[in-house]
Amino acid sequence: MTATTAPIAHGDGHAHGGGHHHTSLGLDNRKIAIWTFIGSECMLFASLISTYLIYKGRSPQGPYPHEAWTNPSTGEVMKPILDIPVTSASTFVLLMSSVAMVMALNAVQTKYEPKVTTWDKIKGSSKLWLGATALLGTIFLMFQAYEFTSFIHEGLTIRTNLFGSSFFTLTGFHGAHVTVGVIWLLTLLAIDFKRGLEPKDALLVDISALYWHFVDVVWIVIFPLIYLIK
Amino acid sequence: MASHTEAHAEHEHATVATYGKIALILTIITIAEVSAYYIPAWETSSIYVPSMLTMSAFKFFLVVAYYMHLKYDHKLFKALFSGPLAIAALTLIGLLFLFSKLVIRLGLLT
Repeated sequence: MTATTAPIAHGDGHAHGGGHHHTSLGLDNRKIAIWTFIGSECMLFASLISTYLIYKGRSPQGPYPHEAWTNPSTGEVMKPILDIPVTSASTFVLLMSSVAMVMALNAVQTKYEPKVTTWDKIKGSSKLWLGATALLGTIFLMFQAYEFTSFIHEGLTIRTNLFGSSFFTLTGFHGAHVTVGVIWLLTLLAIDFKRGLEPKDALLVDISALYWHFVDVVWIVIFPLIYLIK
Repeated sequence: MASHTEAHAEHEHATVATYGKIALILTIITIAEVSAYYIPAWETSSIYVPSMLTMSAFKFFLVVAYYMHLKYDHKLFKALFSGPLAIAALTLIGLLFLFSKLVIRLGLLT
């Protein structure tokens, strides 16, 4: 199959050939479905963020996110619980995973374009970029696991106070979405190793990419609201 | 068929170079956000929260427009995203007015 004979699938919802399900608009219904799903997810995360912001600063007892707290029963002084440097690093990792994801989609879309230079070959390796995205997503999850574990060791659980309840619910939901995204990426990577992802599969990669980028933009909103604004 | 032709007119895409530039801008803004947290003069100023929200909104726009390529996509996809996003934003603002300290800060409730 060559670039000139292969059915063209741009990964933009205007796939042609291959017997996909088109609407009367000429758009693939799977892409309409993922955008509808993302729209509903906006409302889910807005409700979780609202809850966090409404309860912010209303916990009668610590630990607190940005302020030190003295435990009245033990007299122990606890420092602010959020670790900004660690979370900044994990934020950067998630941002870079989005870069790797667009590169993966680009690699699938341009699979049959000639690869002359070493950079062309790197740029055109969908396995490399899909693997990198999944790896960066996994590193983000490891950062989150470290953060949750250290909070629990410092005495903050989902049942400790309003901050703990709203924080673990919001970031836990986000972490669950990242986990689903990593599993999705790994299945695409497995398909790529088994039979190779072709330009006709670009829409499959595009749909997973839209989900992954959405998970990233949710964190773009959460990071300053929870961690940087006191 | 006309709409299909219209859809084809929107096949323009960002290039790898554009993706790289966006990544650089996202990194710089993230560094600025974290730096602002550690600069007392900025962190205690009245522009701190608006500046953080503006930087976050700009990063959000860049990812949605270029990485999710909504800038180049069909208007139906734009509507499917921006409609619920607007509802979500209005719900969030409404809830903050009803239940949070925002209403107290604005002097609407003591």
